[in-house]
Amino acid sequence: MRFSALRVLQEGLTGIRGRRPHWRDPEPKAAYDIVIIGGGGHGLSTAYYLAREHGLTNVAVLEKGYLGGGNVGRNTTIVRANYFLPGNSEFYSHSLKLWEGLSQDLNYNVMHSQRGLINLFHSDGQRDAFARRGNAMINQGDDAELLDRDGVRAHLPYLDFDNGRFPIYGGLLHRRGGTARHDAVAWGYARGASDRGVDLIQNCEVTGIDISGGKVTGVQTSRGAIRAKKVAIVTAGRSGQVAAMAGMRLPIESHVLQAFVTEGLKPVIDHVVSFGMGHFYISQSDKGGLVFGGDLDFYPSYAQRGNLPMAEHVMEAAMTLMPMIGKARVLRSWGGIMDMTPDGSPIIDKTDTEGLYVDCGWCYGGFKAVPGSGFSFAHLLATGRHHEPAAGFRLDRFRTGIGIIDEEGTGAQHNLH
Amino acid sequence: MRINCPTCGERDRREFYYGGAALARPAEDAGPQAWDAYLHLRDNPAGRAREWWFHESGCSAWLLVERNSVTHEVYGVALADGGRS
Amino acid sequence: MRLATGGLIDRGDAVSFRFDGHSYTGFRGDTLASALLANGLKVVARSFKYHRPRGVFSAGSEEPNALVTLGRGPGAEPNARATMVELREGLEARAQNCWPSVTWDLMEVNDLFAPLLGAGFYYKTFMWPRAFWDKLYEPLIRQAAGLGALSVTANPDRYEKAYAHCDLLVVGAGPAGLMAALVAGEAGADVILADEDARPGGRLNSERLQVGGQPGADWAATVLARLEALPNVRVMRRTSVTGVYDQGTFGALERVGQHLDTRAPDLPLECFWRIAAKQVVLASGALERSVAFAGNDRPGVMLAGALRSYLNRYAVAPGRRVTVFGNSDDAHRTAADLLAAGVHVAALIDARPEARCDLEVPFYPGAVVSQVKGRMGVEAVRVKTASGTQAIVSDCLAVSGGWNPNVHLSCHLNGRPVWDAALAAFVPAPDAVPGLIPAGAAAGVMSTAGCLADGARAAGVALAALGRKVPDLALPEAEDAPYRIRPLWVVPGRGRAWLDLQNDVTVKDVQGAAQENFRSVEHMKRYTTQGMSPDQGKTSNIGALAVLADATGRGIAETGTTTYRPPYTPVAIAAMGAGAQGAGFAPERFTSSHAASLERGAPMIEAGLWYRPSYFPAKGEATWRQACDREIGWVRNAVGLCDVTTLGKIDIQGPDAGALLDFVYTNTFSTLKPGRVRYGVMLREDGFVMDDGTTACLAPGHYLMTTTTAAAGPVMRHLEFATQVLRPELDVQITSVTEQWAQFAVAGPKSRALLSEVLESPLDPAEWPFMACGAVRVGGVAARLFRISFSGEEAYEIAVPARFGDSLFRALVARAEALGGGAYGMEALNVLRLEKGLLTHAELHGRTTSFDLGLSGMMAKKKDFIGRAAAARPGLLAGDRERLVGLRPRGPVQQLTAGAFLFAPEAPATRAHAEGYTTSVGFSPTLGHSIALGFLKSGPERQGETVRLVDHLRGIEVLCEVCAPCFYDPDGGRMRG
Repeated sequence: MRFSALRVLQEGLTGIRGRRPHWRDPEPKAAYDIVIIGGGGHGLSTAYYLAREHGLTNVAVLEKGYLGGGNVGRNTTIVRANYFLPGNSEFYSHSLKLWEGLSQDLNYNVMHSQRGLINLFHSDGQRDAFARRGNAMINQGDDAELLDRDGVRAHLPYLDFDNGRFPIYGGLLHRRGGTARHDAVAWGYARGASDRGVDLIQNCEVTGIDISGGKVTGVQTSRGAIRAKKVAIVTAGRSGQVAAMAGMRLPIESHVLQAFVTEGLKPVIDHVVSFGMGHFYISQSDKGGLVFGGDLDFYPSYAQRGNLPMAEHVMEAAMTLMPMIGKARVLRSWGGIMDMTPDGSPIIDKTDTEGLYVDCGWCYGGFKAVPGSGFSFAHLLATGRHHEPAAGFRLDRFRTGIGIIDEEGTGAQHNLH
Repeated sequence: MRINCPTCGERDRREFYYGGAALARPAEDAGPQAWDAYLHLRDNPAGRAREWWFHESGCSAWLLVERNSVTHEVYGVALADGGRS
Repeated sequence: MRLATGGLIDRGDAVSFRFDGHSYTGFRGDTLASALLANGLKVVARSFKYHRPRGVFSAGSEEPNALVTLGRGPGAEPNARATMVELREGLEARAQNCWPSVTWDLMEVNDLFAPLLGAGFYYKTFMWPRAFWDKLYEPLIRQAAGLGALSVTANPDRYEKAYAHCDLLVVGAGPAGLMAALVAGEAGADVILADEDARPGGRLNSERLQVGGQPGADWAATVLARLEALPNVRVMRRTSVTGVYDQGTFGALERVGQHLDTRAPDLPLECFWRIAAKQVVLASGALERSVAFAGNDRPGVMLAGALRSYLNRYAVAPGRRVTVFGNSDDAHRTAADLLAAGVHVAALIDARPEARCDLEVPFYPGAVVSQVKGRMGVEAVRVKTASGTQAIVSDCLAVSGGWNPNVHLSCHLNGRPVWDAALAAFVPAPDAVPGLIPAGAAAGVMSTAGCLADGARAAGVALAALGRKVPDLALPEAEDAPYRIRPLWVVPGRGRAWLDLQNDVTVKDVQGAAQENFRSVEHMKRYTTQGMSPDQGKTSNIGALAVLADATGRGIAETGTTTYRPPYTPVAIAAMGAGAQGAGFAPERFTSSHAASLERGAPMIEAGLWYRPSYFPAKGEATWRQACDREIGWVRNAVGLCDVTTLGKIDIQGPDAGALLDFVYTNTFSTLKPGRVRYGVMLREDGFVMDDGTTACLAPGHYLMTTTTAAAGPVMRHLEFATQVLRPELDVQITSVTEQWAQFAVAGPKSRALLSEVLESPLDPAEWPFMACGAVRVGGVAARLFRISFSGEEAYEIAVPARFGDSLFRALVARAEALGGGAYGMEALNVLRLEKGLLTHAELHGRTTSFDLGLSGMMAKKKDFIGRAAAARPGLLAGDRERLVGLRPRGPVQQLTAGAFLFAPEAPATRAHAEGYTTSVGFSPTLGHSIALGFLKSGPERQGETVRLVDHLRGIEVLCEVCAPCFYDPDGGRMRG
């Protein structure tokens, strides 16, 4: 069933009876070619691209809660391709290209809005670092423009250019950066995958991974055993626990990242704005809420909630950068569990167990990666070969030191990205 | 979040700096696997965890904190060097 | 309509205010909502999506409808709850989200298209043609969305933050909270009693109930006075506890100044509190909920408890002919209060067939309201009984669907509330928050006597946990009526029945979502936006999930709630971010030469929270470059002076100080002799370079380490980790002395001459070779002198206790100027070091190794040091890594830029062909052309090759020669003097 204005009209005339399920609710089968553990954004997009790109539909997505209940539904919705290190550049570039036709591809309006992203810088040194970033983006074929102070002022006149603690030297503008409606991305992929024959199974918790002779054979779940030729772990926030079922330890530590939304306001912030000195980024949703976030709380947590120090720090950054925001009221705060890797970059790889694959370690950048991650992971699952734009996301790079992708330059161990 | 520093008493989280999982540093010649495990691989427990914390805005003591990563309950705090210094 | 008598308002103190441009009068003690109702205003707002006319619905912070904008100009405050705004003289409020006015809003046309605008419609359309989304559809949606508007000018008001600590925090000052605070206060515990209302007392201020033989409000006032007389009790009025955090930390917002007619300029508008409490009594009461029936959103439909608040507390009758509809005894209490106030009760409709009524009112047991007639206000209510339906002429409908214990705060640490079938409501889960004891209505206790007793019980539990004795306090007499309710969520029938008034979510939206397989309560919420409006569904969420439970064939308990998250009520960013506006966001660190630098007109730049002079302008210079070139010339030809205090200085002492240095640096320091300085590189444990700097041996077992400005803090932490965690056996003490010593670089061929003039004894070159250090005296003060150079010239750094820094700086500058030199700033310092190929964090950016930087030779072979094992990983030693090089333009003077990429001359400037990048550039007046440092694949092996520097952003393409990173005096002869 295709969605269209006509369809909306039909539903309007027929009321509730005219509405059709977005996805099927099948009982799990005894066996699948591929079992995807995790029905979040990455798992659902993996399922979708397995079906669409590779014609593989004997696939199940097992979700312990509800579809899209993890980080895809609790982020600040920013979509961008402004990385500067090889390994990341090509991947996020590819992901952004997928975003750009996603609503039409899915026949589901994910409200991808290329509002423009501006990263502000506050010193000569930061300007040079952002220049390197912008040049890398153009090397990759993406867009970037270096704005001076007046250039920033033309876009963001409401910033405090004169009194803030850190003067605004300029900004890096990424016009194709923007936002999307996060839940819709999960639902759109779910609907697309389900329509193509993938079984989406909610309230189905994986409790064990069956391995025999170094080869994966299936999974144990709260709804019974399911055999599988290949098993894909896509469980950001719980990657370590699921991998442990296969006897693996991952280079991941789970941290909480908070985000915030204000009450609805008339349009005031048109771009995505990122403050270079205070870990603060903000955009305004189509509904009118200002959606913003900051840095990690900086302690391991699975609680999906944070504490006051970072929440206050984020508000403080808002006040020094854009004091016009003061009367906006924070309506809600929440936390997501971040799979933090030592270099801040993700992992899409095979494991030492034949047929077992992982897609994890997205740190706090997983939302924008949803299309690219699913596309590349589906490619790896279907062909056994790494998809070129994601070929750098190897699991062994930490052990060997080859191909470390450390955008922040803070390194492994107790310096988290 | 509050942490009970053995030298200073209970203080707000904002005085402390989290310093990673409390693991033993391998010998210099322990080999790449041991160093990979120390630097990168984590049990990352959902539950009881042992962590290094630094009382940076307090007494400058590194602390061994036993804490629950799901409930954030703090079970115990000890000086990392066992009170030597 | 104002009643002739009664209420807790001060009729002797009339207050004038404006709403939507019209002037009105109310009384001190009114809220804006009660004053609007007293003045007969029915329509005060418009709904979010359909722009339906809306009136006041509640009497508290849960208000979904009556959101207004307060004030004008920079301080205008959108989305204020009229129900929480205390009336003050000159208050000005405006309706919002309507045009041209709240009574005549053109956007109400949306309501005609409501069938097309049901839940999730936007996911299914606006996709064709693709370009129209960004250009047309989305801008239109954005313009239509949102409620109030920000002024878009900088916040002009003062806000504050503060900390408080207590034994017991009591949240809510209704009967349970007052009783709990009294018991704990009398027991001597440190108590904070926080209440959202300006007038503590909770429902006692809104009901005609007797407590201890006196009106409830009077009893509350008496107890409050008693509490305020106790030195160990702090009563915080107008204070909403907004969030629960770990280990007994609470966020709370106090409204400090908004309610005052005039406010002293230093009085904050609001204060955000961080409260650390050992125990908490959650006495947050209960929130009434509505019933879904057609037209239940019309102005004049109001929660029954709110109607009683308006009658009893504010002496306002929201209507002249009021119908009351409910499913518990609350409806009867409401009708009785109306009668007592002399207001006509058109009908009392009780959904419970078994209900009896002892009031002289038209009574409809077992009946429901099926529809409300009237657009701009209730005109008639259609009642459906067993025998049919009939219309009852009314101008106000009071609805009670029952009370939901206010469990919100008990859920902030992920606790899920528990369904109580007898109450038909969720109650807090036991032990949902460590140390938090729910009490009174918040715990599902619904009678006044029950609340009083439960508050005392809760205080007893808290006191026991605190190790205090429970005092023997008698409970006052109060009503103890049972709470009898028959759950009623929806009245079936034609027409739209509202759940979320604010977001315009109807019963059909929720049913439709379930039909579309959004069956999880979280899916339903996200798809319909139920409960995502500013009220967070406080009066509607439970009803909505009951509808979802019904639509999916599950029970309410199984369906569960969505997650309750902080803040309980919205908090202004200015409050939680108080103090940061302007320069308050981060500390400002000033060197001892700051004032002198400002006097010389130096523009100051930020460096690791410090301020440092960029350059010292001179007459006749038009650009910073001219000043920079001049200052460089001083250093190269005469003598320059620069404040280098900001570099981290760490004092390291003890028998094992050398061993510690050996462990944290790649090279060996334990062999360093007293009076000597050595350059060192330290790695992170992952093998990448962390920082560099010099360390001086001042005496046996006594070293002074310097770090870069930015890394001073992290290096200190690193050393503490090394000594306390990794090598606790080392006998060594480390102390940061960065701020204790002012330090100045004296650089240039005349540096020795200058110092000889100022020091008490002249410098003997034989005693002060390159990398020497020692004690000297200057102006009667003991000082330290280091012969080190960051410029490539003969140079010294002299350090004095910080209090002498200002005078020493001025004296040194005067001498330097007499010798044909002067003070230089960061721009010159940067070019000087660049000419020498010395490193800063532009090169030590966290991704570079000793190998990349050409410093592998410094890595000692025979000792363990931090980062040694990881630095040996193959990836960190690969020959084709990008490694440090110098670059100079081929051909005539051309500009180089940092952050540019390097390519082979003929290769396309794309990622696949990138071979490196530049990190630092500058114009070298010494060499007469631009120079750069950068990293290039296999760089050191490619000296003499030509590469193309491409900076797409700044439109620069330059062919460069790869050269050694040191451009000036590569043998170091000048430095060694």
